[in-house]
Amino acid sequence: MPKVSMTVNGKAVSGEVEGRTLLVQFLREGLGLTGTHVGCDTSQCGACVVHVNGESVKACTVFALGCEGAEVRTIEGMANPDGSLGVIQAAFQEHHGLQCGFCTPGMVMSAADLLKQNASPSEREVREWLEGNICRCTGYHNIVKAIMAAAATLRGEQVAAE
Amino acid sequence: MYAFDYTRPASLAEAIEAMRGDEAKALAGGQTLIPTLKQRLASPATLVDLTGITEIRGICLKDGAVSVGAGTRHAEVAASADVRRLIPALSHLAGHIGDPQVRNRGTLGGSLANNDPSACYPAAVLGLGATVHTSAGRAIAADDYFQGMFTTALDEGELITSVDFPVPEKAAYMKFVQPASRFALTGVFVAKFAGGVRVAVTGASEGGVFRWAEAEAALGRSFAVGALDGVEASPDGMIGDLHGTPEYRAHLVGVMTRRAVEAAA
Repeated sequence: MPKVSMTVNGKAVSGEVEGRTLLVQFLREGLGLTGTHVGCDTSQCGACVVHVNGESVKACTVFALGCEGAEVRTIEGMANPDGSLGVIQAAFQEHHGLQCGFCTPGMVMSAADLLKQNASPSEREVREWLEGNICRCTGYHNIVKAIMAAAATLRGEQVAAE
Repeated sequence: MYAFDYTRPASLAEAIEAMRGDEAKALAGGQTLIPTLKQRLASPATLVDLTGITEIRGICLKDGAVSVGAGTRHAEVAASADVRRLIPALSHLAGHIGDPQVRNRGTLGGSLANNDPSACYPAAVLGLGATVHTSAGRAIAADDYFQGMFTTALDEGELITSVDFPVPEKAAYMKFVQPASRFALTGVFVAKFAGGVRVAVTGASEGGVFRWAEAEAALGRSFAVGALDGVEASPDGMIGDLHGTPEYRAHLVGVMTRRAVEAAA
């Protein structure tokens, strides 16, 4: 079987995969990084969103071999170095941006990509950005609030939770 | 998904060679092909991943046209300063395909080679009268390129390398989104050039993207919404499915054309 090497959350990793092995399979089954979820497996729900070379992608719609040499970041790489929650994760907790939590890894990774490109998104821009992330619990309201709050925190502003 | 051999050539020449293999299939961004493979609707022996080929990526200006490499991703077209300045309608179209993650992977060439009857890019290519360049050295006019649903002028193993988009005086793309898939339930690209107006419709016809001749003639006389009074698209040959009847789509063609003219004018 072909071998693939990449950097995941800052660590060099490699493994044997098939041509048809998806990135999400390699992460979950090959590396045991099960924080990245498979929801629909049809490229629609966004539970599997990770970053490849700094850009958010659906890991169920990318082949592992296509990520040879890439820098991959998953939800496991989002915490602070001391293990505490990163800013976006903390904002999801603070603003109750999750209920069952299944979609949350994808939501956080998607939000991180948005905030890297746009430090001050409008609520509408946040909602449009989340087009590829489906949540069946929250009705999105608190997810949007969490991302707006995370944006403010990253800009150095203080936001009170309701 | 059935098993296949995977290869990721680093140059166009290597890709052309790999495509000569039996049952070889090109993989661009994979946002359509990978779901198709999962459903076992395609079973190539070899998958030739084009994402490692830098020579077919990027955007440049060429003889007054905007030339977009086939491997350029939707997000890159949407963000390009040149595209925004010269053909904002194309930037808008690229920035509203699928969702952000799809736009980070999906490519112009992949969309055109697939020619999904509801895809957005075919409307821009046909609406702007673009030219499709291929690995066989051919320059194919948009009017000759699209040959019906999922059918194009490409030969077996022939790869799109770039697309040259002429710069219009005015243009706009309006799509009525099918909310689950984000594809166009009906989308219309209107472009006004010194020599006339082109109107390309996607998502509506069983024959794939098409030019709406009656609207082009009317808008050629006067580029204003009023010029379309009494101009109606026929439901004959329109797609009928659970999302809409042929009559509904024919009606949408008129509505989206008017909205596009309004946005462009």
